[in-house]
Amino acid sequence: MTSEQRTAALIAEPGLEAAATAADRKRGLLLALPAYVYLLLFFVLPFLIVFVYSFATRSATGATRLSDWNLLAYQKLFDSLVVQIVWRSFWIASLTTIICLVMAYPFAYYIATRRPAVRNVLLVLVMIPFWSNFLIRTYAWRFILGTDGPIATLTDALGMEPVRLLFTNAAVMIGLVYGFLPFMVLPLYAAIERLDWSLVEAARDLYASGWSAFRKVTLPLTRSGIIAGSLLVFVPSFGAYVTPAILGGSKDLLLGSYIVTQFQQARNWPFGSALSIVVMVFMLAALMIRARTGAEEV
Amino acid sequence: MTYAVELRGVSKRFGEVVAVESLDLAIDDGEFFSLLGPSGCGKTTTLRMIAGFEYPTEGSLAIHGTEMALQPPNQRPVNTVFQSYALFPHMTIAENVGFGLLMQKVAKSEISTRVDRALDMVQLSQRKGATPDKLSGGQQQRVALARALVNEPEVLLLDEPLGALDLKLRQQMQIELKELQERVGITFVYVTHDQEEALTMSDRIGVMSDGRLLQVGDATEIYERPTSRFVADFIGDINLLPAAITGPGVVTLAGTTPVSAPSAVAGNAANWLALRPEQLHLIRHDEIVPDDRNSISGTVNNRVYFGDSYYYVVATPVGALDVRQENRPGLALHDPGTSVHVWWHPDAAAMVLE
Repeated sequence: MTSEQRTAALIAEPGLEAAATAADRKRGLLLALPAYVYLLLFFVLPFLIVFVYSFATRSATGATRLSDWNLLAYQKLFDSLVVQIVWRSFWIASLTTIICLVMAYPFAYYIATRRPAVRNVLLVLVMIPFWSNFLIRTYAWRFILGTDGPIATLTDALGMEPVRLLFTNAAVMIGLVYGFLPFMVLPLYAAIERLDWSLVEAARDLYASGWSAFRKVTLPLTRSGIIAGSLLVFVPSFGAYVTPAILGGSKDLLLGSYIVTQFQQARNWPFGSALSIVVMVFMLAALMIRARTGAEEV
Repeated sequence: MTYAVELRGVSKRFGEVVAVESLDLAIDDGEFFSLLGPSGCGKTTTLRMIAGFEYPTEGSLAIHGTEMALQPPNQRPVNTVFQSYALFPHMTIAENVGFGLLMQKVAKSEISTRVDRALDMVQLSQRKGATPDKLSGGQQQRVALARALVNEPEVLLLDEPLGALDLKLRQQMQIELKELQERVGITFVYVTHDQEEALTMSDRIGVMSDGRLLQVGDATEIYERPTSRFVADFIGDINLLPAAITGPGVVTLAGTTPVSAPSAVAGNAANWLALRPEQLHLIRHDEIVPDDRNSISGTVNNRVYFGDSYYYVVATPVGALDVRQENRPGLALHDPGTSVHVWWHPDAAAMVLE
């Protein structure tokens, strides 16, 4: 067959190209299939179960009856105690995010502006805590903040009033900042490292002081990292269970612990489910804000 | 008189690496001055020191007589057009152009009129609301120019600003830039590795190599009277023949062939005879060389068609010579293998140092 004949054959059957493209697409879907199945079974399905349970009935004995669908659990969300708990969790998560951001930005900037060899060492240092168990590290804070811990010893030695930190919201926040700081540092580092420094030079050349150049150029152009890092800290802080359970007090309940209580001691599964839905709504809202602000992926 | 830019004994070292070595340079007010050299020669580092992005390790740097070597960039009356344009991607064209004025706390209404005027100057008024990514390379280039010039700097620094453009647009922008410079009367310091760009636009050119300034002069001086082998070789094509001065106006090529060269003065240490290919003439071996011309006989090795010209490589006793013959009707062609004479006017040759 000459090449002209071959061309003629292809033109005679225009459907061939479409068929080849469709076959390529199908092969692509095959790559994603395991992840799709996993997410369907272990994320979408459980979420639907929780969603259905939030409308179920709690019997007097604490059993859940999947009948008489109602909105009682959602009404209970507006109890002042519940509003307080959601509000407190929101505040602690917000403060944790802000503290992480303020600490992580200068550090990420510092890392991103070092020589590549130094950079890699610093990045490994940031990630070292991940090598040991989160639970153990949080228990270590119990010792540090406790009445026999180094902080108490120091304040004693200085003859100061004893500082009672353990089992307070402050302790929870210290624990959350400690646990989630790397999640803020890494996306910030990625964003700052990608920054085109000639833009900062251009700003300086155009009469901007160091601070103005930072505010007008560096900060807006690293916004994607700020948003990504804030989400990665805020979302898990808001629903955190382990850290408040170990370092927090029994008085100032937070959302994570409160949800667990509903499923265990209180045996009110519909209400626990409704609370979980609230957490989901907050997180979806946060993700939508991110999508709206057009931040690129990090 | 004070110079627009004056560098005295300026060196810049990055650790062990010497980027610029004891540079002395004075640029006149209103001049279009080009720093020309291969990559890594120190031209960009020199420009960055004038801008304030790098501080010199040694030496003094004055702008209109005021010492500026260690001033930060925002306190210097200079503006830069960057190689990559460095337009702020999160701002509109108008915000980009107005940025320098905003930072200098110029009144909002004045910023608006001056931005409009600057965008008019580069014919981009219609695009003031667009973001830089919506503009073509040539348009971005113009915005970068407007953003710098709107501040009415005493000196405009340009770092290979045409490097990213394609050939046609680059040639057009060369003409526009030169016209613009004459119109605004601002001193331009232009960094390039493109010798044609430097020759066509500059009032004067400084050729750099290995962190040193080798020669400063206008285009004809640099092209026709290079003083060093590097400058002769870097700018355009050239034949370099080892030569010894054997008398007043006489040099001997390859120890055997004496030719006349008025630029050769006894005591001059120059040891290369430099000949541009287009200054060489080619005739058949049975034709007569005109009087008072230097000539060497040889054999055509190769002929290459360039459209506007033919390039010959001619083997001669003193070495291979590149000869360029302009393509016009009636031009006699010489086939490879034919015997020929190569001749040139004695004034066409320059004596250069190793």
